[in-house]
Amino acid sequence: MLYIFCPHCGSRSQNEFAYGGDATVKRPELNKEISDQDWDNFVYLRKSPRGKHLELWHHISGCRQWIKVERDTSTHEIFKTYKADELTE
Amino acid sequence: MSQDYRLDNIGMVNRNKKISFTFNGKKYFGYEGDTIASALIANGVHLVGRSFKYHRPRGFFGVGVDEPYAILQLERNNERDPNIRATEQEIFEGLEVKSVNCWPSVNFDIGAINNFLKMFFPAGFYYKTFMWPPSFWYKIYEPFIRMAAGFGEASIKHDKERYEHKYEYCDLLITGSGPSGLASAYAAAKNGARVILAEDKPRYGGSLLTSDVNIGNQTGAEWSEKIITELKSMSNVIVKNRSQVFGYYDHNMLVMSERISDHLPKTQKYLPKQRLWYIRAKEVLISSGSIERPLVFGNNDTPGVMLSSAAKEYIKVYGVLVGKKPLIFTNNDSGYETAIEFKKNGVNPLILDTRKEPSSDIITEAKNLGIEIKYSYVVVAAKGYKKVKSADIAKISDNKKDLSNIENIECDCICVSGFWTPSIHLASQSGNKSEFNEKIDAFIPKKSKQKENTIGSANGKFTLEETINEAFNKGYEVSNKITENNNKVSIPTVVEKKSTEHDKFWCVPLPKGKSYKRFLDFQNDVAVTDIELALREGFRSIEHVKRYTTLGMATDQGKTSNLNGLQLVSDIENKVVPQVGHTTFRPPYTPVSIGAIVGREVGKHSKPTRKSPMHQWHEKNNAVFVDAGVWLRPRYYKQGNETLFEASKREAKNVRKNVGVCDVTTLGKIDVKGPDAAEFLNRVYTNAWLKLPVGKARYGVMLREDGIVMDDGTTTRISENHYHMTTTTAQAANVLSHLEYYLQLVWPELNVNVVSTTEQWAGAAIAGPNSRALLMKLFPNTDVSNEALPFMGYKEADLFGIPAKIYRISFSGELAYEVNVESDYGNFMWEKIIEVGKEFQIQPYGTEALSTLRIEMGHVAGSELDGRTIPYDASLEGLVSKKKDFIGKRSLSRSAFTKPDREKIVGVVPLDKTTSIPEGSYIVKDPKAKLPNPKLGHVSASCWSVEYDNPFSLAIIKDGKNMIGQKLFAMSPLKNKTIPVEIVSSHYVDPEGKRVRA
Ligand SMILES: [Zn+2]
Repeated sequence: MLYIFCPHCGSRSQNEFAYGGDATVKRPELNKEISDQDWDNFVYLRKSPRGKHLELWHHISGCRQWIKVERDTSTHEIFKTYKADELTE
Repeated sequence: MSQDYRLDNIGMVNRNKKISFTFNGKKYFGYEGDTIASALIANGVHLVGRSFKYHRPRGFFGVGVDEPYAILQLERNNERDPNIRATEQEIFEGLEVKSVNCWPSVNFDIGAINNFLKMFFPAGFYYKTFMWPPSFWYKIYEPFIRMAAGFGEASIKHDKERYEHKYEYCDLLITGSGPSGLASAYAAAKNGARVILAEDKPRYGGSLLTSDVNIGNQTGAEWSEKIITELKSMSNVIVKNRSQVFGYYDHNMLVMSERISDHLPKTQKYLPKQRLWYIRAKEVLISSGSIERPLVFGNNDTPGVMLSSAAKEYIKVYGVLVGKKPLIFTNNDSGYETAIEFKKNGVNPLILDTRKEPSSDIITEAKNLGIEIKYSYVVVAAKGYKKVKSADIAKISDNKKDLSNIENIECDCICVSGFWTPSIHLASQSGNKSEFNEKIDAFIPKKSKQKENTIGSANGKFTLEETINEAFNKGYEVSNKITENNNKVSIPTVVEKKSTEHDKFWCVPLPKGKSYKRFLDFQNDVAVTDIELALREGFRSIEHVKRYTTLGMATDQGKTSNLNGLQLVSDIENKVVPQVGHTTFRPPYTPVSIGAIVGREVGKHSKPTRKSPMHQWHEKNNAVFVDAGVWLRPRYYKQGNETLFEASKREAKNVRKNVGVCDVTTLGKIDVKGPDAAEFLNRVYTNAWLKLPVGKARYGVMLREDGIVMDDGTTTRISENHYHMTTTTAQAANVLSHLEYYLQLVWPELNVNVVSTTEQWAGAAIAGPNSRALLMKLFPNTDVSNEALPFMGYKEADLFGIPAKIYRISFSGELAYEVNVESDYGNFMWEKIIEVGKEFQIQPYGTEALSTLRIEMGHVAGSELDGRTIPYDASLEGLVSKKKDFIGKRSLSRSAFTKPDREKIVGVVPLDKTTSIPEGSYIVKDPKAKLPNPKLGHVSASCWSVEYDNPFSLAIIKDGKNMIGQKLFAMSPLKNKTIPVEIVSSHYVDPEGKRVRA
């Protein structure tokens, strides 16, 4: 079970969080023309990297904030966590 | 039966407390502190089971977690426990155990015929034999395997015992209370660290209990007693015995199973049977010790062949002799220590040492005691079927290839020592890649992966002096990183006898013309020939050899077999062991009961139960409840001998005819506030929200980005910047997370806040033609006329002094209102509605009637919005704005979603107007068509229409709109039913929606 540092609450066990997927995906802007391919890529296409991955976690049983977590998908090492509006490196 | 093998003046069991127990129905005596194994051995019993594959007789091989043989079935307090290791389970008064893997009895086992058919049971036997024909699987192979396999029978009864989970945090977790565990715990605790020290056995001290050493001016056992007593008295230390740390998981979380009551006849009040500890440790010291390795020779699985360290522990801890004519077979000095203990207790052992001319303090002591020793000697084969009776021994040549001078000598046990294997399981689980150490012929941990260090013999340190020094230093070092107290305690001096190098020889060659089975894995019956065969057949990777032969795959996880298996593969392949590598260690280190894993999350405790404020009223009024997510909701209110069908029909009819009231507290409620709230809702919902006036409600549908309907519900504009959103009961939590996602991550520029208010409001839906008349009496000071409070209107009102909110919305399709009050007033509101409603023939209705009402109205719910439907499928296209963008809109123009024959919601009526259609039935054109019969769609919900008094269902079928009027068939293969039906509009009742606007 991971031990995740929430920038709002401190270190908490994984069972307080829900996983939210790739944090680098950017939703296309509203009311903008977008091709079928680009839209499909946004909705469905995700990388599954081995190694560093910036991902979203939702502190549902805590502060209810979405946070960004930089984690190694093969070792589970967590390098850094960010608030939702914080710029990532 | 008397305890013929019990010694009088040695051991740690309580001689003042005699305990009786039964084994295979026969009564035996032991003492408090005995294990089943020590008590049976004291009684001269060595045959306890049959092996897994060949059903060969099985005795005791070890003295703890490493035991591969003595797995028993236990009866305790009318509960059955399989997979009990006799070497771990302590006896208590009235304990009943029996053997497993044998039928009809341990002395006469039909399966032992496998032993004589063993040419049919080679490596890969299961893969090769139980293959063809496939029809044999069901009737012949599977029953045979089931009868012959397994380590006992699990109970099929509900386990009444209590198991607990506990979360704990500490600076330092130490796994094992041998010399390294005690020393490091002491050093760290004295330096102010919060320490947990876990010991899997009942007694603390590990090897100090059995070795002849001195620490400071005390014996090893005295010193361990002193240290543990002091640790127990310290407030920063938790000391636990009977506690096995079995798993090392991510981010330094370890899991420990504590056997609290297993050694007692009955679990005591307020105590659980077992407790599972989830421990998050800043640092971990693995001090799990090492396990002696067997030597491999002919029939080395015969009862009476056991580890020499086990024989020593039986003498020193339990005061029990494993035999009176022992043969010690060793390749190192450890066997001598066992021989010395036998000798000191009046038994003459014979030592066979594979080494040519070793010399050390220990060997000298043995010689001085007059113990007979044969150098360059080996055991060729054990003789005897159910117990060792003699052994063929031989002189072995210097190159260890040739045997000579074979002779048979009498003996009643053979104690083997093939040197020691560090227990690196936990380090390996944490991700530590181990390295092979040539000096000890075994793997030791290499570079720490997580915050873990391995110390003592688990780290390949086999002298006490090294161990104590390393442990004191590590305990100080890791604790000081955390506490920075700089409080270092002095390290005591150690006195121990010096030993010399071990012999790398471990597998005795077969004498000419003999084909003795030489076992590597004792629990899974894997012999030398099986590994040889696997390699001949082309298996190379050790992971494949493991799976093909089942080497190391049994419940003992190969604790005694792993290294010898690797040695053999490397010998045959002419490689060195590190090239072969070892298989992966995975948790659990020892078997853990399912009960402990589940903990208290059983039955009603498996999830929280939420009840509305009106719950007690429902109970008093004969409500029959149903689980709705985590909520308990009334399904129907039973009158007299009514069935569910009769009651729900009565309740639904009364809504259509008079008025009914339904508890809708469970609906999800979310407050949406802020200057940008309207804009936010406009993006979340598919329809337009910018122009909704204050005091009005609107029905909305929200999508996921992939275009699938996520949820639906009404949202009301309470004031300029305040909206009250409702969600379905099931989706309430998901919708809140969804809204937070968009507000925090996608559109942080929107000034909006959302918060769940589900539990702040109690809700009652009042539905039926009489509902307005009832409302007028409930709210005499409020104008609730159709003009003042039209359909989708909203008003705040006063309910007998209580502030209430009235929403004119309808799920039932009737003229209806939802009244909300603060939760604490919920019951007051409910009782008032019932009391005032009497003159209008009010009746409460449950979820079953609620379903009936919405189904015959064609209102969609979870069974239609099932994660596959887009708005069009549910006839909700009128709610999809063409003008504005919203979440998921772009997906709706994907080609799969715009196909003209997309499945769409319709109504279904059986032609005979009497046969109910099972939910989940397929709609097909021709019930006799060849399989697989092309299906047009499926029935999503069924009810008995109270409006027309016949069955009615909703279905989602291909090209639904154009199917209306067609005669088709509903097929339910599960219920074996084929029902001719007609497709009709999904709006079966009041298709124009006049009633809700009345
Ligand atoms: Zn938080």
